[in-house]
Amino acid sequence: MAMLEVENIHSYYGNIHALKGVSLTVDEGEIVTLIGANGAGKSTTLRTITGILKPRDGRVQLDGEDLSHYKPHEIVYKGIAMVPEGRHVFARLTVSENLDMGAYSRNSKQEIADDLERMFTLFPRLKERRSQVAGTLSGGEQQMLSTARALMAHPRILLMDEPSMGLAPVLVEAIFDTIKQINKEGTTILLVEQNALMALSVANRGYVLQTGEIVLNDTVDKLKKDPTVQKAYLGME
Amino acid sequence: MFRNWMQRITLTDVVIWAIGLAILIGVIWGSIVTLGTGKYSTATWIDLTLIGLALGGVYALIALGYTLVYGILRMINFAHSEVFMSGPFTATFAAWALVGAGWWNKYPILSLLIVLGVSAVVSSIIAVLLERIAYRPLRTAPRLVPLITAIGASFFLQYVFRGLYGSGLKGYPEMTILQGFWMLGSIRVFKTQAVAIVGAVIMMLILYGIVQWTKLGKAMRSVSENKEVAALMGIDVDKTISRTFAIGGAAAGMAGILYLLLFPVAHFFMGFFPGLKAFTAAVLGGIGNVPGAFLGAMMLGLLESVGPSLFLDGLGIPAPYQLKDAIAFSVLVLILIFRPTGILGERLAQAKA
Ligand SMILES: Nc1ncnc2c1ncn2[C@@H]1O[C@H](COP(=O)(O)OP(=O)(O)O)[C@@H](O)[C@H]1O
Ligand SMILES: [Mg+2]
Repeated sequence: MAMLEVENIHSYYGNIHALKGVSLTVDEGEIVTLIGANGAGKSTTLRTITGILKPRDGRVQLDGEDLSHYKPHEIVYKGIAMVPEGRHVFARLTVSENLDMGAYSRNSKQEIADDLERMFTLFPRLKERRSQVAGTLSGGEQQMLSTARALMAHPRILLMDEPSMGLAPVLVEAIFDTIKQINKEGTTILLVEQNALMALSVANRGYVLQTGEIVLNDTVDKLKKDPTVQKAYLGME
Repeated sequence: MFRNWMQRITLTDVVIWAIGLAILIGVIWGSIVTLGTGKYSTATWIDLTLIGLALGGVYALIALGYTLVYGILRMINFAHSEVFMSGPFTATFAAWALVGAGWWNKYPILSLLIVLGVSAVVSSIIAVLLERIAYRPLRTAPRLVPLITAIGASFFLQYVFRGLYGSGLKGYPEMTILQGFWMLGSIRVFKTQAVAIVGAVIMMLILYGIVQWTKLGKAMRSVSENKEVAALMGIDVDKTISRTFAIGGAAAGMAGILYLLLFPVAHFFMGFFPGLKAFTAAVLGGIGNVPGAFLGAMMLGLLESVGPSLFLDGLGIPAPYQLKDAIAFSVLVLILIFRPTGILGERLAQAKA
């Protein structure tokens, strides 16, 4: 059984039919990527998984449990955390306070302290700036903070929405290295990206989303060789 | 550069600055005249300052409710003056019950704590119900809608409490241990004022500590920045908003008892002026900002108590003390014109960017 199972979801914004029957699965330990052009519905898919958006049809299951009846904050307790598109750190809170909020769903002080250490090892920059207000961090640092904050929930699965957006190429490399590292340490990842090349280089499997529908679904090796993917997402002729 | 600057000035700017300058000159001139005549003794000035600080403390505790709710919902809870009224009005009856039981002067500290507790709990419950019933269903409505609802709720609560407790004035019993004054060196401090000042400062510090250092406080600040992202942290946004109202309500309820120490009369309309002044204080300090609310409230309390004698008297205005309420509202209008972000507001805006 897959860890995360999205079954035929239809999500709407008012009358806009943003997701037209999206299905995907993520197995424990995998990195799965969801790629697609701007406006394809990638963020909408993640928002539906986290319960912020309720699908009109279809369902999301985690370890076989239907999540439809849970509110967004309850879904965090089930083990899903998200790094939202555009990072959205709490600008007026300090780095430390942001990380505290990431661990909001947890109680064990010891485990939280251990994970905090782990985050500071993963992102030494955050340690240097821990008492600084998050709004004063650079874009790359905010991305680190947003990622660390989500990891502080100690999720079973981490959803990442375009972590490379707006970052300089060196930072993009660094972010993808971290993604591999986090996954190696045991966190399952569903990665949404427009940067298909990078996404396909770190993931195990991928889905291609086009105007609210999954049009392709395969291992990354096969996707990289697919002519439509090469043309539309990898910029090859 | 200078030319550019010149071109950007409009007639409105000129008029506004002229008004500002006229007021400033008036205040300075009036103060000089008053001080020159030596009409008031140093002792009087000290008395007025102490009254100002006590009032400021009360306003600060009420202002906290406006500022917290604004921070989290971006709405002005105009019914907060009634949240403020509900607690002390109810507590006045509790106070008389304690008098009847013979506890009031026998166990004054315990009695005071009971009355504070009753007031805080009632105001807190009213605030939470207000949010749950009147505001929550409107959370996604355009901003004007909850604002109008708040004004409606304000009238509703006034009439509910008038219905419950009557439209008359209800005296608040005096405590023998709080009669008279203490001497602080050569300064005479009325005991009620001292209790109000010290009590307000302690409560403000506790409330500031809650907002700044507790898990709840951090959750409140997260929700005030971004509700959706706060939910992604596992924060129950509705519950956090409820608790924000509860804290703001409790602070207002406790402020109500301090207010009764200064003006020992409760009635269904008692929230109006303190409420509006606390709102002014919150705007003056920079709404949404807790230290700002404190600062704004202290400034307003002082302006209101010292101002009439200091500059209105000097300008030859008859019965200046009756204009103390007008000072608060002039201040509100002036900040809205000159510095809508309030004193500490800019720091907030910068931090946000
Ligand atoms: N808040 C919203 N209100 C209305 N339409 C929206 C909203 N958010 C997204 N959409 C629409 O839903 C579709 C999918 O958007 P989104 O999931 O953000 O795409 P992606 O993340 O793939 O760029 C787009 O057509 C977009 O215009
Ligand atoms: Mg998106």
